[in-house]
Parts: sequence; structure tokens; C-alpha cells
Amino acid sequence: MLSSNLILELYIFALAAFLGYQLISKVPSVLHTPLMSATNAIHGIILVGAISLAATAHGALGLSIAMAALILASMNVVGGFVVTDRILEMFSKQHQK
Amino acid sequence: MTNARALVYLITTVLFIYGVMRLRNPQQARSGNTLAAIGMLLALIATLVGVSIHRPLILVIGIVVGGVIGALSARLVRMTSMPQMVALFNGMGGGAAALVASGDVLRLVPHANAGAADLTVALLDILIGAVSFSGSLIAFAKLNEWMTGRPITYTGQRAINAIVFGILVLGGAYLIITGDAHQGGFFLAYALGAIVLGLLGVFPIGGGDMPVVISLLNSFTGLAVAATGFLLKNDVLIVAGTFVGASGAILTQLMSRAMNRSLGNIVFGAFGQIQTHGSAGAVDGTVQETHAEDVAILLSYASRVVIVPGYGLAVARAQQEVKELMNNLEAKGVDVRFGIHPVAGRMPGHMNVLLAEVDIPYQNLYDMDAINPDFPRTDVVLVVGANDVTNPDARNNPSSPIYGMPILNVDAAQRIIVLKRSMNPGFAGIDNPLYLNPKCQMLFGDAKQSLNQLLQALNEVVV
Repeated sequence: MLSSNLILELYIFALAAFLGYQLISKVPSVLHTPLMSATNAIHGIILVGAISLAATAHGALGLSIAMAALILASMNVVGGFVVTDRILEMFSKQHQK
Repeated sequence: MTNARALVYLITTVLFIYGVMRLRNPQQARSGNTLAAIGMLLALIATLVGVSIHRPLILVIGIVVGGVIGALSARLVRMTSMPQMVALFNGMGGGAAALVASGDVLRLVPHANAGAADLTVALLDILIGAVSFSGSLIAFAKLNEWMTGRPITYTGQRAINAIVFGILVLGGAYLIITGDAHQGGFFLAYALGAIVLGLLGVFPIGGGDMPVVISLLNSFTGLAVAATGFLLKNDVLIVAGTFVGASGAILTQLMSRAMNRSLGNIVFGAFGQIQTHGSAGAVDGTVQETHAEDVAILLSYASRVVIVPGYGLAVARAQQEVKELMNNLEAKGVDVRFGIHPVAGRMPGHMNVLLAEVDIPYQNLYDMDAINPDFPRTDVVLVVGANDVTNPDARNNPSSPIYGMPILNVDAAQRIIVLKRSMNPGFAGIDNPLYLNPKCQMLFGDAKQSLNQLLQALNEVVV
């Protein structure tokens, strides 16, 4: 018997998959790059996972893994959003004209 | 998980989705990105407040070091290098997901209480995350020209990749069934194997196809994050990871469709190898070279000019010169338009971004479908560092690897002037018969230098 919690998680999984597919289905090609870059930043949410790992990790190996995960995930979050913003800055400039 | 934190995660989820909705519209896109960033910040604060901080140093050092490196590299890099930065940060995310999964299983090792379901998810997570990590690094190196952008191929390549993949799948199944995954050594070997698979998988893909590959690996990282969410029982990871995984998948499909190629052809086709057999149906002819002075006169007496920018323009950072050329010609009463191919440069929208950087008005930029009917009425087409997107073989030569790709029909214009560094083939590695067209003339040299010479010559022309 699957736990009701897992069932709920699977529901979330299925709905999020449809939503992601549906939202991106009809966008002009000029927006492909910013969308790729923005969703790239969003999966930086793994930093939340890295933080919870760091809170419970122990031992030299465990702590090094947690530290590496924190660094990589923070790069993903900050770098991802900044790059997207720089790309979109150009777009908004373009459309003000 | 406390209720307060769960509620913040819910707000984060809404901000992510609403942010992406706004990103589908150019005018609202920037605010969409900001909303998503705010959602991220909220989730991070809620998580940090919630954890027992008995090791604050690790948290602070990790987040500050990663954040500073990320911010600086994203800020300092040139606009032309944006695609490889996306690849790099995507790889970091994939690596982080694989590490969190490894760390989570390791944490449970002494108690040996990770069940088979958890182990399966963890191994899958490590596989996808590590492939995304190493694959993205190769994509970064190829785009940054740290290694050749051409496909790296060798005999038995597909067989070797299939064997490595097979070993990882079977090895994973073995680890789960026997419970040996509780031993760190096996785990490490598995992760290393997955990293190797990512390297091998991206080696044979040419630099021109990298945007599609990055999008695919972006989708992979999303899935790895979702898997981590299942492992940690964290809803916001599941929903955000799945959302990115699914949108990345459809985006990958849209991008390969823009090149009229299948995803399978891109990933497994080793597209862009140098063609050794010579282009079939090649027309005999000679390449005609021209000089800046002649081009200046030609342009001055034209009534309609279309400029076709490509990656060469981006590399030479010649967007300012192109702008001056446009101003100069418009002052002479010439109608100047820009014809932009959807995949010109190294990422969709690359050229729009570059030209916008120097304030070239939006109404002068025409996309492929809008500009193609104009070419027969165009006096001169100036191709600045674009190659494959103007190759008539895509239309005429069924044996060409790019046959079927929609192109800019520049050969319909009265005259074509191509600014190009040398006769080397373009990024796809194939010959362009356009250069043998009697209507076409070549102006060799770096785009920035050629344009400067052209500007100087234009100032001396009296109309």
C-alpha cells in the first residue's frame, strides 16, 4: 500500500508536468533562449535540498558533499537569474522603441 | 515540515509558474523573471529559518561562495557568451542534484534504512544529474571554444555509449537488489560512470546544435531536481523540478523543429562533421572577391539593402559598426532592414539581443518569414558573418545534411555581398554554394575591420 503522502506527490508530479508542457507549447522562437535561461534558474531550487542536506550531514565525506552541493546550487540560482535578467534587459530595451 | 514553511513553498510555486507565464510575452518577460527570483528568495529564507543551524559556517560559506561566483561570472561575461553561461549554470544544478541525492543516501548508510524505492530514485537522480553536469560542462567548453566545436567521433562510438549506459542501468539494478548501494564505494563508481556517460554523450554533437542540447540537459536537471524532491519528501522540489523538466522537454522539441531536424538526429547524428565526399551537386564556379570601396559604391546607389547578421558579427563585436552603417545608409536615403534567421548565432534570439544592445530600432528587424518575400525586390544583401542560414543547399540539395532547414533566401536578391573571415565552412561544417553564385561577392576579413573600411569608403562616396 502506497502512503497517501506519496500518492499526493505523484499527483503534484503529473499536474506539474502537464502545466510545464502546456505553458511552453506556443511561444515565438525569440523567447526560447530567455525561457530556457529562466527555467534553468528555477531548477536552482535544488539549493533548498542542499540546505536541508547540510543541516543533517555528518562526517567529513557527508559535510564535503553538502558543501559542494551548496556551492553548485547557489551558482545555479544566482547565475541563472542574473543571466536571464541580462538577456531580458535587451528585450525590454528593444520593445520600448 | 512546519505549516508556515509549507505555505511559503506554495507561494514560491505560484510565483514560479506565474513568472514563466509572463515570460511568454516579450514586454512582461523581465518582470516574470524577477517574480520567479522573489519566489526563490522566499523559499530559501523559509528553509534557512526552519533548519537547526548547528553548522552555520558551512551554510554561510557554501551559499556565499557559490552566490558570489555565480553573480560575478554572470555579470562580467559578454552578451555573446550568454549561451555557454546558461550551460554552465545548468550543469551546476545537475551536479548539485546528484550530490544531494548521494548525500541523502550516505546519511542513511550507517542505519542501512534506505528502502529499495528510495535507492531507485536516488540512483536515477544521480544518473540524470551527473549526465547533465558533465554534459553541460562539455557544452560550455565547446561554445567557449575551449575545445573544438566540431563533433568528436570515433569508430564504435554509439556502441561504447550504449555499453556504458547498459552497465549503469544493470549496475544500478544490481545495487538495488543486493543492497550493496549502502556501500560508499559502489555509489562513487556509479556516479563516476554517469559523469563519463555525460561526456561521451555530448562529444559527438556539433557546436551549432548546442542550444538544443543545453535545453535537453536543462530538462534533465529539472527531472533530477524532481527526483531529489521525492527523496527528501519536499513538495516544492517536486513541483518546480517537474515543471522545468516538462517545459524543457517541449522547448527542446520546439528548438529542433525550428531547425527542421529531429531530436534524435541532433543527439545521435554527429551533425556538422566535415564533409569529405564533397558536396553533391556542387556547382563549378569561382569565388569572386571584392573590396570595401566597390561595396560602398554599390550600397550608396541601392534603394533597398538587407543586412543578414550571423555569429561572425557577434564574435567580432561589430554591432556598433553595423548600427553606424545603417545610419550612414539611411542618411543617403537607402531603406535598410535586418533579416534575422531564428537560429542565427548560437541561440534563438541571439541577434535580436545584440542589435538591441546598440539601439537598432525594433521595426528595422525582420524575422525570416517577414523578410523572405522582400529579397527579390532587394538591391543588395549584406551577409555579415552568417553562413549556414543562407545556404541554398538547404532548399536545393537533398543530400545536404541541412536539407529542409528553412533559410533566408538571400540568393533571390540582385547582389549579395558576404563579409567573412575566410573560405572556411560555417559551424555546420558544410560548403555553401552561395559563394559560387555569380551574383555573390566576398569581402574577406574580420567583420569589425571590414565594416570600418566600408564606413570609411562610404564617407568618401559622393552621391
